[in-house]
Formats: sequence, structure tokens, C-alpha cells
Amino acid sequence: MLVVEKNALSEEIESYVEKYGNDRSALLMILHEIQKKHRHISEFAQQEVARLLNIHPVEVYSVISFFAFLNTNPKGRNLVRICQTISCDMKGKKQVVEAIERELGIKIGETTKDNKFTVEYANCLGLCDMGPAMAINDQVFVNLTPEKAVELLAKVK
Amino acid sequence: MEDKKSLRAPVSQKPHVIPKPEHPEYLGGSITVEINEKKLTVPFGTTILEACKQAQIHIPTLCHHEDLCVAGVCRVCVVEVEGMRTLQASCAFPITAPIKIKTTSNAVRKARKHIIDLLISEHYGECYSCFRNNNCELQSLAKEYGVDHYNFGHVTQPRYEVDNSSYSVVRDMDKCVLCKRCVRTCIDLQEVGVLEAIDRGHNTHIGTFLEKPLAEVICINCGQCINRCPTGALRANDPRDEIWAAIDDPTKHVIIQTAPSPRAAIGEEFGQGPGKSFTGELNTALRRIGFDKVFDTNFAADLTIIEEGTELILRLYKDLVKKEKVALPQFTSCSPGWVKYLEHFYPEYIDHLSSAKSPQQMFGALIKTFYAQKAGIDPANIVSVALMPCSAKKFECNRPEMNSSGYKDVDYGLTTRELAQMIKEAGIFLPEMPQSHFDDPFGEASGAGLIFGATGGVMEAALRSVIEFVTGKRVEDVYANADITPVRGFEGIRYAEIPITEVGPVPKLLQHLIPDWNWLKGATLKIAVAHGTANAKKVMEDIKAGGKFSECHFIEFMACPGGCLGGGGQPIPTNEEIRKKRAEAIYNEDKSLPVRKSHENRHVTELYEMFLTDGPCGHISHKLLHTHYVKRGKYIA
Amino acid sequence: MENHLTVKLGEKKDRKGPVIFSEYKRGDAIRKALSMSREDILFELKDSKLKGRGGAGFPTSTKWMLTAAAKAEKKFIICNADEGEPGTFKDRVLLMEYPELVFDGMVVGGYTIGAQLGIVYLRGEYEYLLKPLEDYLEEMRKDNLLGKNILGKEGFDFDIEIVLGSGAYVCGEETALIESLEGHRGEPRNRPPYPINTGFLGRPTSVNNVETLAAVSHIVVKGGKWFAKYGTDKSSGSKLFSVSGDCERPGVYELPWGTKVSELLELVGAKNAKAVQIGGASGHCIPKSQFDRTLAYEDIPTGGSVMIFNENRDMLKVLKNFMEFFVDESCGQCTPCRIGNVKLLEGVEMIEKGNYTFAHINKLKDLGRTMQLASKCGLGQSSPNPFISILENFKDEIFNRGNGGRNGR
Ligand SMILES: Cc1cc2nc3c(=O)[nH]c(=O)nc-3n(C[C@H](O)[C@H](O)[C@H](O)COP(=O)(O)O)c2cc1C
Ligand code: SF4
Ligand code: SF4
Ligand code: SF4
Ligand code: SF4
Ligand code: FES
Ligand code: FES
Repeated sequence: MLVVEKNALSEEIESYVEKYGNDRSALLMILHEIQKKHRHISEFAQQEVARLLNIHPVEVYSVISFFAFLNTNPKGRNLVRICQTISCDMKGKKQVVEAIERELGIKIGETTKDNKFTVEYANCLGLCDMGPAMAINDQVFVNLTPEKAVELLAKVK
Repeated sequence: MEDKKSLRAPVSQKPHVIPKPEHPEYLGGSITVEINEKKLTVPFGTTILEACKQAQIHIPTLCHHEDLCVAGVCRVCVVEVEGMRTLQASCAFPITAPIKIKTTSNAVRKARKHIIDLLISEHYGECYSCFRNNNCELQSLAKEYGVDHYNFGHVTQPRYEVDNSSYSVVRDMDKCVLCKRCVRTCIDLQEVGVLEAIDRGHNTHIGTFLEKPLAEVICINCGQCINRCPTGALRANDPRDEIWAAIDDPTKHVIIQTAPSPRAAIGEEFGQGPGKSFTGELNTALRRIGFDKVFDTNFAADLTIIEEGTELILRLYKDLVKKEKVALPQFTSCSPGWVKYLEHFYPEYIDHLSSAKSPQQMFGALIKTFYAQKAGIDPANIVSVALMPCSAKKFECNRPEMNSSGYKDVDYGLTTRELAQMIKEAGIFLPEMPQSHFDDPFGEASGAGLIFGATGGVMEAALRSVIEFVTGKRVEDVYANADITPVRGFEGIRYAEIPITEVGPVPKLLQHLIPDWNWLKGATLKIAVAHGTANAKKVMEDIKAGGKFSECHFIEFMACPGGCLGGGGQPIPTNEEIRKKRAEAIYNEDKSLPVRKSHENRHVTELYEMFLTDGPCGHISHKLLHTHYVKRGKYIA
Repeated sequence: MENHLTVKLGEKKDRKGPVIFSEYKRGDAIRKALSMSREDILFELKDSKLKGRGGAGFPTSTKWMLTAAAKAEKKFIICNADEGEPGTFKDRVLLMEYPELVFDGMVVGGYTIGAQLGIVYLRGEYEYLLKPLEDYLEEMRKDNLLGKNILGKEGFDFDIEIVLGSGAYVCGEETALIESLEGHRGEPRNRPPYPINTGFLGRPTSVNNVETLAAVSHIVVKGGKWFAKYGTDKSSGSKLFSVSGDCERPGVYELPWGTKVSELLELVGAKNAKAVQIGGASGHCIPKSQFDRTLAYEDIPTGGSVMIFNENRDMLKVLKNFMEFFVDESCGQCTPCRIGNVKLLEGVEMIEKGNYTFAHINKLKDLGRTMQLASKCGLGQSSPNPFISILENFKDEIFNRGNGGRNGR
């Protein structure tokens, strides 16, 4: 990491600390912001957060590792999460997943070579009456069919 | 409720205790409970586990540790509380109502057995190839509950790699039961913050920052996590094989120095209760094992006192008389865990550390120079072993700057546990050994060096000399029996002021250093003692904020709770009671010694006459007995 | 059919129901509450006999009374919008279509217990609601429904913040929720002490489900007696049911407590159901023979998830899906749940492959009972429920599946 990048990241994190406070209770929201912007929370970012909240880096890492939506390694530019829980499963999640896997040429849990997509399973998204459901980044899509799902992915930049 | 800022460990692992009443005898201060139909009155807020202990009812535990806050995660200690739908973890349940408890009902027994079965099903390790064999809490639980087969299968493959990157601590997470004692130790008790639970669910494991090897994170090597681990998941980096090889090699002259704390605790490894020193017996045993010479680390401790005390007087002189800028308070430097803690967390303060090496390293340097010369042995053929209560000593002797003899000053740091193992391997039962003395030319040391092992000991030892140096009075005339009680005890942080009312004739050894000593008259020496790095942190934060401790002149810091006698290489288990007993053993041995002040150790004065000829803090001493430190900082690369 | 779920906050679908979906105007409950004394609000709640809708069913009036009685400078009210139980989505619907009910309920709660801050813990999966909800709060501030001296009530300052969860079902458990709010791993705490004494930042805290708060708004306006008119003796009022699975009209339904399972099935158009999972993955699975049971605390208590399985569904697969969920979502701190769920899942896989013994399955059921008793929190205490109830209620189907005659050896 270049020094300028580091400084920019530090400044960014400082601004979050300004917004949410320097108490440990600000941790989750600060991590969210970093995750949202950078799609991961880097080694340096974790240590900066630890420094600014006066906690240990391993505590930050421990919290990140606990939550499914936070990660320390970069993922693809777009994160696709498909519900794997029973109601969606019964409505044909399997076919949707297979279509996506075929179309993108990757297996679930992987990232496309061009880094455009990472595809993962998620547990119940709270859209069970409209399954199969999936989330692309922070938007959700429901009543999917294999064709529809692939079509939706094609529209993503 | 505690101050939020001090809540560093996950709150769920904090006691969350209902504060116990100051006067349990007042109305409402106590509650009568029924345990297995027996009535018992306990103070409000007592946990069920504590109450059962009072009633002499045994409850199995695994994640509970007396030194640490409540976790309530293993669930082995569950009991039935009448009226509650589920079983309750007795270690985590504060009594606030007159409840009825059953500790051995069918549901309870079954649950405990299930839990032990589950833990064992995931436990990759075999007792006969494990250093905790016969001293393992999981093993004893299995025995207690009569586990005779794998009820829920058994892992056949390791899940984790053993991390032996560190000179001090080896982590084998396949033997971990996730009791989180190490996490609570490292974050709470020591406030270092190396270990935490990583991932969740079945993938949960104890890890470091981004799973880096222990050697690459800011572990201070204190080994306190080892002492509190119930299983063999954490152990010290064991040099026994190398030491045996050296003993077996006829060309090697193998020397061992023994520190006082291991001597006060090693009996525990042989089934003796804590509180008795086996110094003489150990000397004999070590010779039988095949060590060529056995020296007393206390000799070097006496030397440390002279060097460190002189350094302090020189700093004070520069500050008070010459008005030069010097780093005060001076910090002790004999605890390598503390030194590394300061290097990481308060690097801007490293010039406050006394430049004097720790006794272990001073001795190491002398053995391969002074002793080698005197005995006519090529230092290249000397293998120098240090019996220490401490896992950080293993790291210390491997610090690159610790080779002022031209060789690695100390080759191996050996812990109490490891030496006990060697003694057993040699077929020796230590308590039955005849007693014998230490070898010349260093001989027996003073009681001052001995008490280094207890928190406050370095300070007391230093004071015994400093008071005599400057006042010309005998310590015994100031403090009965030369027991400087204000610095003794187990309170985390202690502070004392010692007024210097008169200045007497200064001993020959120091006379050349300062022309006139009268400036000390009327001064008040302010000193403090802190043990456990969490307490050290409090003192450091106070110093940073310009508080009371910033006005101190001299502060003793020990990384481990209780000082060296609670070190990370000491016998397992540990708790406050055991540590107190060990301290008693040390103070008793001190009382029994003819010489109790470092400067009265004749071997030390001789050393200055014969070898360190330009005196304390002179050139020779600086080359051999002093060192420097590294500003490490907190950033993990 | 539109696939993209777009949010127009407050825009209501055509929903009918006696209580929650009945007429309500934003701010009504706040206005009414501020004209009442705190005690009177507590009395209304007591009359309503409202029990928490998050699953545990603790009387809300008692919770608020205890939190109100706790002495502290600062108190908090937390809206538990971590809705993660498989098959539950009624809280999402409330937040999307009826935010006024939820937020007004929080303000009333804040007033009643003496809190200065309300926190909505919104599950990360609902991030798309964050911005609209924040905008909504901003409007409430403009209208002085939040902020200082609310609606002119001298000294009543109250505001609401939204904190986003991050993909952990267990954070719906109230103490785990508080832990994660404090910046820790979402690991449930030891209890006692309870959040009402030692909650967020060590202060008295009331954690309430979204639906509970929505019900409060109606109760304050229309009275506790009115609310208690609906439902049964021990289960007053109505309940939102999230219905999914094999039926013609899945969705959220408001029904009075005491409704029979069969009535609900008919309403949603479940023609050939053979099983209903009630209460989500951690609930119980009910076979056809028990469809005349009632949805009520007296019989089947539930947080409202109803998943319907028709004749063609493989119940073992259903069970496997549930157990995978728990293995995924256990926080991992306590032994029975961390390892126990894995063992139960392995048992399901053994049955699937046909290489099991009944002795082992019975051992696992026994283990399940230990998990119910000895786990630290509700997750581990309820995760064996589907294992035990599905294997019991569908044993013929499960143990007689065709596996080349290798069954039950
Ligand atoms: C594993 C687990 C998950 C839970 N998830 C939720 C949830 O998503 N929403 C909720 O309101 N309550 C949930 N609860 C129940 C809460 O712990 C708590 O009882 C509830 O928020 C209290 O609110 P109420 O009294 O309004 O029901 C969960 C409990 C457990 C054990
Ligand atoms: S840790 Fe304990 S149970 Fe495990 S192998 Fe070692 S002695 Fe045996
Ligand atoms: S040795 Fe000390 S600093 Fe290192 S992990 Fe163990 S407790 Fe923490
Ligand atoms: S390493 Fe030891 S102390 Fe740490 S959690 Fe595992 S078993 Fe417990
Ligand atoms: S029961 Fe499960 S989720 Fe609850 S504390 Fe234990 S491991 Fe965590
Ligand atoms: S089961 Fe897929 S959204 Fe609930
Ligand atoms: S000893 Fe009580 S839960 Fe572990």
C-alpha cells in the first residue's frame, strides 16, 4: 500500500470516527462504511480502526470474522447473495443457482475472473413469500426464475 | 457497573456481577438457598458455584478460572434451579433470590456427560504424547465422568497447524476446548490483546490478528495464557532435547543458573503443596542429571541491584543537582515481558527503562567471560542454561543484542515445568534429594536477590541497599528485620514514599561516582510497584497524564500477576492462593539467609575488585551488564 | 412480475386485520401518550396483556415497568429488527409499509421507560430500507415527533438511530444484539442480570420486537381493553403470520390468536399440505394429524413464521436445510450448540445415506434434549426442535425411504 493511499484511508476512517464517535459501540457502523466503500476491510484499515477506537487489532478482526457480511479480503465488484433457506429452496433456488453458475462460469462462493461478480449463498433474506430471492449488493430481487436471474445479472455494470 | 472504558474484554465475558453487599449481615444482604436440600446462607450476588464450594459440593468446571472474569461458555458446570426451564451455568449465575438448586439430578449428569463427550469428539490429540498428561482439566473431566469410548465419534485429522513461531509460546489449537481463558487472560488480565475468538459457529477458533504467527504479533511472551489453559493447547517452546544433547556431549560444559521462583514452586510438580522451596535438593538433582555447574541467579540479582541502584542515583543526581534532562522515573528492566510490553505500547518511554540487564542476562554474560577465564574453559564450549519461572526469558535470551560475551550469553531459558520433567526423566524424586550448595565462584547469594521472585521484591532489594548507601544506617534500624513491608503484598499497584533524613558515609564502591552526596538529604524517594501488565498500563497512563506516578523516582514493573513466582513457566495450576504460598516460601528463605543485602554479598564485591574494576555503571559493566531497547510500536506489519 | 423490490416507504398494500392493520395516523400514539402519565400507559399495556412478539412472549408491560423502575441516568429502548428466523418477514412489511406504527411505538416506549435514545437494530439484509427509514426519521424530527421537547412536552427529548446488523442470525437474541451494538462479537450474555438492568452500555434497556412496538401504538390510542378483546385469554390481540412455502397466497396475514392451523391453511390456499413448520427453523413441525391445533401461547406459541410443505416434499431434506442453518448461525461460544448442531446434522446425513443405526439416532435425540437444557441461549436451546419433532412426526416417511434396502441397520 502506498503512503498516500494509507493517508487517504486513515483520513476516511477518521471521518467515520467523527461521525459515529470513538467509543467501541461505533465499531459496527464504522466497519459497515469501510466495507461498503472498499468491499473489504484491509489489514491497514483494521489497525487504524483499532487505533482510533483504542482497542486491539485482533478484536477488530475477531468482530469482522464473526459477521457474514464483513470480510478482510476483497471480493468482486458486485456481490450476489442467493437465499439458500427452505422456502426459497422449495421454490427452485437450485435451478437459479445452476443457471448463474453456468452463465458466469464459476461455482458458488467464487469470484469471476474479471472480478465483476462474487456469488454466495445467504440465509433467509426475509423475502420468503416471494422466493427464490437474491440480493445484488444492497438491492433485492424476488420471484426469480433461472432466465430472470441471469437477465438481471447481465444488467449489472 | 464498571467504567465502560475499562471493559476491554467482550462484555459477555465480564462478570456482570451484581455487586456484593458491603455488609452481608445487614437485612437483605444475605440469602438462604437450598443446595441438594441443604440450607445455606450466602451474601447476595454470590454465584451458585461459590455457594456450592462453601457447602463443599463439587461442581466440575472448565472455562471458569479464579483469576478471570466469568465466561459461562463451556456449560460443564450446569445445575438445576427449581422453577427454571433450562439448566443454569453455576459459575455465571449470581444468587439474588432464595432459590433451590440441584447439582446431581439426572438431567444435570446427562448434560455434563454429553458436553464432555462433545468436547472429546473434536479433540485431536493423544494424552500420552501431550505435556499436560495427568495435569489436564479435560482429561480429568473425562475421568470424572467415566468416558470409556467415543460416544459421538472422534476426529481423525488435525484442523489447525501448530504455531511454533514464537520463542516462548506454542499454540496447538487442535487441543483447544474454546474456554477462552487465554483470551480473557491476554485481553483482560494482561491487556496485551493478542488472542481472540475468530470466526463463528463450528469454525470458531482462537487466533491472532489475521491469523499471523505469534512471533509476528505483539505478544509479550508472558505465558500467562499457558498457565491458565486447561489443556495442552498452549505450551512453552521446550528446549529439553537440546539441553539433554548438550549434557550428553562430553565436549560441552553445561551450566545452569537457577532463579528463586522455580525453586519455590518446583515441589508442586512433585505432588508437594505450594509454599516450600527446594533449593538445596534441586542443586543435588541438577548435578545428578549431569549439569557441570549450578549457580544461583540471585548472585546476578544482587549485581543487578548494585547496577540498577547506581544508575538510579546517577539519574537522580543529574536531575536534582546538575539539572540535566534525564528520564525519571526509572523503570526496572528485569521482566522481559514488561520490557516488550513497554517497547510495543509505550515506545516513547524506553529510555526510562534501566539499562541494566536482567539477572539472567547479566549472569549469562559473566559466565562466558569472567567464569570462562577463571575456569580456563573456552566459552564456545559452554552451554548456559537458565532455570526461570518465565516463558519470556526464552525470548529474552534470543534477543539479538544479548551477546555481549561474544557468544549467545544464555543459550536456553528453561521453565520450572520443563526442568521438573527432566528431573523425572532422570528417575529422580526431587523432594527426597539431599541438599547441597551452589558452586563457586559465585556461591550463595543474598536474600535481596532471592526476593526478586515476588512482586515488590526488586524494589525491596534495591531499597535495602539504597537506604544503607545513602543514609549510612542499617536497614534493620529503619524497618524491623529489614522487611520493607510497604512494598510487599499482592495489591496490583503499590506506592510508597521513603524520606531520606540523613546522608551518611558513602560506601567505597560508589564514592568515585559523585563528589558530594549531601543533596540527597531531605529528599523523599517516591517509589511504586506494579505487577501484571494491566496494572502496568494503569501506571503508564497515569504517567502519561502527568499524575502521581510521573513524580516517582523508581518503579518496579513485573509482567506477571504476583511477579516472577506467577510466571508463565511455573507449575500449573495457578491462582492467588498458590501465588501467595509461593511468596511465603520465598520470604521465608530470605529470612533464613545470613546475608540479606545485595551489597553485602561478598562474591559481588569481589567481582568488582577482580573483574568489573571500574565499578558499577563503569565501562566494563556497561559492555557486559547493560543493554538497550527497541522502539517496537503497535503496528503489526 | 416485477423482480426488483423497490421501496416506497409507507405505501401500503391492501392489507386487512383487526389490530395492527387497522386505521392509524402517524403521531397519534405519541400525542395520546404525552397527554398521559407514565403509569397510565403502563396500566393500559397491562390491560392489553400484550406479550412480546419476538418469540419469547414476555409481557411487555412488565418489561417496561421494570425498565422504568430501574434507576439510571440513561436508558435505552431498542427495536429488534434483526428478523432472521427463516420464514419470517412480517417485520420487514411493517417497516416498509407501517413505519409510523413502529417509530411511534418506540417514542411511546422511550417516554414510558424514561429513555433518551431509541436504537433500531436493522438486519444487514434489509440495508435497502436504511436510507428510506432514515429519511422518514428526518421528517419526524421536522415535525417534532422526535428531538427536543417532543410535541411541546417540556423535558421529553428523544431520538432514534438506526444501526445496521451484518449477517448474523444470533444477533436477534437480545443480549447478542446488545453485544454487537457495543462493538463486540454477537455472542449472547450470561443472564441474569437482564438487559432491563444491565443492557446497552451497562444501562437499563428494553429490547422490543418491531411488531410489539407496532401493537403498542394501537393500544395507546385505542386502549388496552380494546386490544384484549381479540385473541384468547392468555394470548390477547392478534398476530402477524409470515406465510411461505406450498400455498397459493403466501404473504403476511394478521389473525387473532386462537386461530386454528387448518383455518390459516385454508385462508392462504394450502391445498395438499402434509406438514407445517411453525415458528421458523427453531420452531416445531406439525403433521397433518395435528392441523386442528391452535396458534396461541396456550398451544403453539410462535413468532409468526409459518412454512407449509405439501405431499411431495422430502421432510428429511427440510430437516437438513434447518440443521445447516443452525450450524451456520450458531455463535459458537458454548459447547452444546457449537458441536451439538454439527452432530445432529451429521445424523441427518447418515439417515440420508442410509448408514445409521437407531441406537445412534436415539443418542442424538438425547443429545438434542441436553442442548435444549444446557445451551447458553435460545438458539441452541431450540435448534434441536426440528430434529426431534421432524424425526418423530415423520418417522415413517424418513426411515422407510428407498435406500437400496440399507435402512435402519
Ligand atoms: C436466536 C434468537 C434469535 C432471535 N431473533 C429475534 C429477532 O429476529 N427479532 C426479535 O424481535 N426477537 C428475536 N429474538 C427474541 C429476542 O431475544 C427478544 O426476546 C425479543 O427481541 C424481545 O422483544 P419482545 O419482548 O418484543 O418479543 C431471538 C431470540 C433468539 C434466541
Ligand atoms: S490436552 Fe489433555 S486431553 Fe488433550 S491430549 Fe493433552 S492431556 Fe490429553
Ligand atoms: S504470552 Fe502473554 S501476551 Fe502472549 S498471548 Fe499469552 S497472554 Fe498474551
Ligand atoms: S487455547 Fe487453551 S485457554 Fe485458550 S481457549 Fe483454547 S483451551 Fe482455552
Ligand atoms: S446456544 Fe449457540 S448461539 Fe447461543 S450462546 Fe450457545 S453457541 Fe451461541
Ligand atoms: S427463505 Fe429465502 S428469503 Fe426466507
Ligand atoms: S465453568 Fe461454568 S460454564 Fe464453563
